[in-house]
Amino acid sequence: MSISRSLLFTAAFALAAGTALAGGHQGNPAVKARQSHMQLYQHNLGILGGMARGRVEYNADLAVGAAQNLATLTTLNQMSYWTPGTSTDDLGDETRALPAIWEEGGFAKAVEIGTAMAAAAQNLAAVAGDGQAAIGPALGAVGQSCNACHEAFQQPRN
Amino acid sequence: MLKRIGLGVLLLGALALGAGWWITAPARVDASRFTGVSGDPVAGETVYWASGCASCHTEKGADSRLVLAGGVRLESDFGAFVAPNISPHPTEGIGGWTLTDFANAMLLGTSPDGRHYYPAFPYASYVRMTDKNLADLWAFLQTLPASDRVSEPHDLGFPYSIRAAVGGWKLLYANTDWVADAPTPVLERGRYLVEALGHCAECHTPRDQFGGLDLTRWMAGAPNPSGRGRIPGISPAQLDWLEADIAYYLETGFTPDFDSAGGSMASVVRNLSNLTAEDRNAIAAYVAALPPAD
Ligand code: HEC
Ligand code: HEC
Ligand code: HEC
Repeated sequence: MSISRSLLFTAAFALAAGTALAGGHQGNPAVKARQSHMQLYQHNLGILGGMARGRVEYNADLAVGAAQNLATLTTLNQMSYWTPGTSTDDLGDETRALPAIWEEGGFAKAVEIGTAMAAAAQNLAAVAGDGQAAIGPALGAVGQSCNACHEAFQQPRN
Repeated sequence: MLKRIGLGVLLLGALALGAGWWITAPARVDASRFTGVSGDPVAGETVYWASGCASCHTEKGADSRLVLAGGVRLESDFGAFVAPNISPHPTEGIGGWTLTDFANAMLLGTSPDGRHYYPAFPYASYVRMTDKNLADLWAFLQTLPASDRVSEPHDLGFPYSIRAAVGGWKLLYANTDWVADAPTPVLERGRYLVEALGHCAECHTPRDQFGGLDLTRWMAGAPNPSGRGRIPGISPAQLDWLEADIAYYLETGFTPDFDSAGGSMASVVRNLSNLTAEDRNAIAAYVAALPPAD
């Protein structure tokens, strides 16, 4: 391989790698943050749900830990996740957050649902150590808030 | 879905006008059909939650799932349907109706004054309901609070605003045939809950060019009527969940990997969470036993 050809090759490779990297890092940081937050809900719920459904053996420490994580997550300030201009109208397939969040009354409704969810998560944390049977109903109450918010503000998948 | 219905209604309406009004005149049940059928409000409550009246007929965002004041807007490209007040209020609701009036509406899509209802009201599924359950539901509706909220007119452009056009559509698509086989009692109960009451296919099955459900693609998924995202398919070609996973989702809204239900399904889950575990299991058995469709 001549020097010029190998330089060309290196340049082309760098370009391709650069595009790939950019691809990996592109994306709206607010969208990524809120999706990550949701994934943490999902992860902790999964631990509790596995026990509630009898798929995984009940373990009080794990259950309480996951429920406390969930309760803590509901106390995080999410203002920077839900920046205007990051709805499905603005970003297309990159997000499933509907414009309704930023429309009249949307934010107030999200806060209302979030408040109910925080209370349900606290209750879950309080009972998660009481044995397998206590988890299911308390988990269901949290789930109602997840469903309510997704009903109002999340677009179904494509 | 609604766009397709609109187009289909229009085309079939044109055909119907050619064939003559008499073919498509709104049908009525036999006046004596319900004599001797007495409704039980307790059984009616199960029918109520299984058939999802609350999803359309309670005001959006209302806390109560039992005040059937109407007001939900079902958006489409050619306008919006607004679900009416069906509470027992004597003038603003349907408090002045008879059981036969109710049967004409629910089973045949015909109003007391003899007009066609639009199929956005899923009577093409409810037509499979038993007479007993229809009377049960009617008895339960009498126990609900009356609301004096005035129903809004639909917001439909011409020519969709012509109700007569719906007649041809009904001839083709509204019938009592079952779609899936149901070889066991559990599957039979599941089929009744899905095909007659739950009207799952109204959302989960794609429509043909006239806006009727495409029976060859039963539960294969469909465009979302609100225009964003898709309604997922739930036949085994799209959904590989265990029967128990499906039942748990219908109870809680949690998927097997603990995402949670959204869109119009969240409201369906809220209704179905009021059923017995047996009934949710029967629905799940039906869904799991569907033939794959795509
Ligand atoms: C304040 C409203 C709200 C609440 C409460 C809420 N969600 Fe979400 N969730 C959303 C929105 C909006 C999206 C779409 C975010 C996006 O794509 O930008 C979403 C997305 C998700 C996703 C997909 C994340 C991804 O990787 O794209 C999961 C999983 C999820 N939520 C789970 C949950 C669970 C479980 C709960 C309850 C513990 C919950 N959510 C509570 C609004 C909410
Ligand atoms: C009003 C429309 C509507 C009706 C009626 C409806 N569904 Fe759904 N269904 C949806 C939507 C929309 C979703 C996607 C939910 C989401 O985005 O989280 C869904 C999701 C589902 C899923 C999960 C699929 C997946 O891949 O996540 C199942 C299972 C399901 N529905 C079963 C049913 C059954 C059974 C019935 C009848 C009892 C029914 N649905 C009635 C709209 C509907
Ligand atoms: C998917 C939404 C939807 C569901 C679910 C639904 N409806 Fe409706 N319903 C409508 C719409 C839209 C209309 C108006 C139809 C028209 O004007 O042509 C309507 C009309 C009616 C009417 C006629 C009211 C009048 O004043 O003329 C009755 C009665 C009724 N629905 C009862 C029910 C009952 C009972 C249930 C549950 C078993 C139910 N509906 C479920 C959407 C729905």
